[in-house]
Amino acid sequence: MTRARTRLDYTSWGRVVRVPHEVVIPGFLDELPACVHAGQKTPLLAVGMRRSYGDSVINNGNLLIDMTGLDRLMAFDDTTGVLRCEAGATIDEILQVTVPRGWFLPTTPGTRFVTLGGAVANDVHGKNHHRVGSMGCSVRSLTLLRTDTGPQRLYPGDPLFHATIGGLGLTGVIADVELALTPIGSAFLDVERIPYGNIGEFFSIARESTDGFEHTVSWIDCANGGHALGRGIFQRANWCHDGVLEPHRGKGGLAMPFDLPARTLNSTTIRLFNTLYNRLQQCGPHIQRTHYAPFFYPLDSIRNWNRMYGATGLYQYQCVIPMASARHVVEDLVRVIAASGAGSFLAVLKTFGSLSAGGYLSFPMEGATLALDFANRGAETLHLMARLDQIVAEAGGRLYAAKDGRMPAPMFQSGYPDWTRMQELKDPATSSDFWRRVSY
Amino acid sequence: MGKKIIILGALSAIAEATARLYAADGAQFVLVARNAERLEQLAGDLKARGAARCKTYAMDLAEVTDATASFDDMAAAIDGPVDAVFLFYGLLGNQRHEERDIAAAALNIHVNFSSAAQWCLAAANLLERQKAGVLVAISSVAGDRGRQSNYIYGAAKAGLSVLVEGIAHRLAPTGAHAVVAKLGFVDTPMTAHIHRKGLLWAKPATVAQKLVAIAQKPAMPVVYIPGFWRFIMTIVCNVPARIFHKTKL
Repeated sequence: MTRARTRLDYTSWGRVVRVPHEVVIPGFLDELPACVHAGQKTPLLAVGMRRSYGDSVINNGNLLIDMTGLDRLMAFDDTTGVLRCEAGATIDEILQVTVPRGWFLPTTPGTRFVTLGGAVANDVHGKNHHRVGSMGCSVRSLTLLRTDTGPQRLYPGDPLFHATIGGLGLTGVIADVELALTPIGSAFLDVERIPYGNIGEFFSIARESTDGFEHTVSWIDCANGGHALGRGIFQRANWCHDGVLEPHRGKGGLAMPFDLPARTLNSTTIRLFNTLYNRLQQCGPHIQRTHYAPFFYPLDSIRNWNRMYGATGLYQYQCVIPMASARHVVEDLVRVIAASGAGSFLAVLKTFGSLSAGGYLSFPMEGATLALDFANRGAETLHLMARLDQIVAEAGGRLYAAKDGRMPAPMFQSGYPDWTRMQELKDPATSSDFWRRVSY
Repeated sequence: MGKKIIILGALSAIAEATARLYAADGAQFVLVARNAERLEQLAGDLKARGAARCKTYAMDLAEVTDATASFDDMAAAIDGPVDAVFLFYGLLGNQRHEERDIAAAALNIHVNFSSAAQWCLAAANLLERQKAGVLVAISSVAGDRGRQSNYIYGAAKAGLSVLVEGIAHRLAPTGAHAVVAKLGFVDTPMTAHIHRKGLLWAKPATVAQKLVAIAQKPAMPVVYIPGFWRFIMTIVCNVPARIFHKTKL
């Protein structure tokens, strides 16, 4: 059905912004050009599962093209691992098909409920960034529909390709993507957990793990200060080779059926959670054979976990700090967060490698990335994030647009010097609340 | 071993969700619907998901001339006996409009009942000869009691339900089966215009799982999907007319 309808229920994952949209949901590729054409009258934005946290998937009062109906696989060659599919196919569905045949996505974000188009438009990264770079590094080609030209097949090297990788849907509508998958010998990984006591230890474990481990990530306690400041659990993993190619099951386990009262996650419960989590992670064997679903997608086991933050929603803050100053800057950030008492219950610290997809607005750069969520407490939360912004900007770092719902324009423009090239290559008919906010 | 499946109305959202479940196990498909280009996209998707073969027929199933010949031709595109025939196509129509434009009402009845009946009878004959396999026809809870909001669609679906129930009775001694699946609200493009979708609404993928389970083990000739609709419709059917007529259902 390709008539646009006014909808009030299209929010982003953070659920802070609630505005009406005109929404159109094409079910077949042949309906897409007409949807894109409608953008000549109303600013348009293509969206997928809307797992971005802030306003990069919000287009207040304007047109959203919901791509989730365009989820067909177009070709999958299980001898070469090349997959071509419509942009609305989700990682959840793709893995169901490819894992039994011995292929996995080249890299994956922390939820499988994202579309491939969205993964490309945000140039998402995963736990193996230090080995394979971001999602865009494995895209062989994509089809882009714009309002000012006909459909175009884009390949690496083309400036419009690099504007589209990580381009937040602003260069037009990605209709399909061709991706090179990675061969796997098992659906399981050997995961090793190493507790660390401070951020210095984190960096030395990260350094020594880069060569021997395909996947590295760490959970860091940003809630407890004092002697617990900067403690965490480092996880490093490699795929097993036991030939058990069993895909994940189900659509994400238990659902949060309602919003928890907004103050349920407060500084006390979060500190407690972090202490418990720290203990729990240290139980059990040192190395554990783990299925990819709990390893890559731990939060997918609770559908709508964002509702735990209450009806006022949440912000996520994810920054990357260049490697040279990473250690001290991350220490500063964690100290500020712990002192504020606003720390989140699952903060993630990881190092990025130097491989880049060359996206003009791609987030990853060589360095360390810290990600955590904050319940929305209005001004108090915004002030905290503004303080963090200062530290990040001084260090020459930047924030991840997919997670952001509030960074000031200068913060964006200094973090992404190529943003002016994006201005040139943007489809004149596309827009988003995010873009209107950061591009003036 | 993959199943051998004929899908009439293969481009419906529920049909596609159902076909995807079979494809993973290497099924062979005959896919019938109006739009040739979209059928090819569907076939491409099912093959990528593991389907062994997809034969597509781009035709308007409502414009049936010789159902027996057409259906036997479709069945011949599959190696060996057919495991399941699904009839998915239908037309929701517009009750208000059809009350004034009786030709539109006739079209609704033709698409949902008269044409569908011919395909069901053709399928029944094949399954009877095979002495195996199952016909699953998609009907609607709208057929259980005539209601002012959708009784033309409801009447056509009621006809289809009785026909398939009869086929189930006829096939019972042979080893073949027929099931009429009465669906409640499903969130598909056919119902995209209906706004407030609440607890009663099911997702196509959920319905598809039920349909595959039913085709695998056809125990009852009449099935409600989701199951709670049997309970709801029992109540709806038993409300006395003098009360019922005061409602806007």
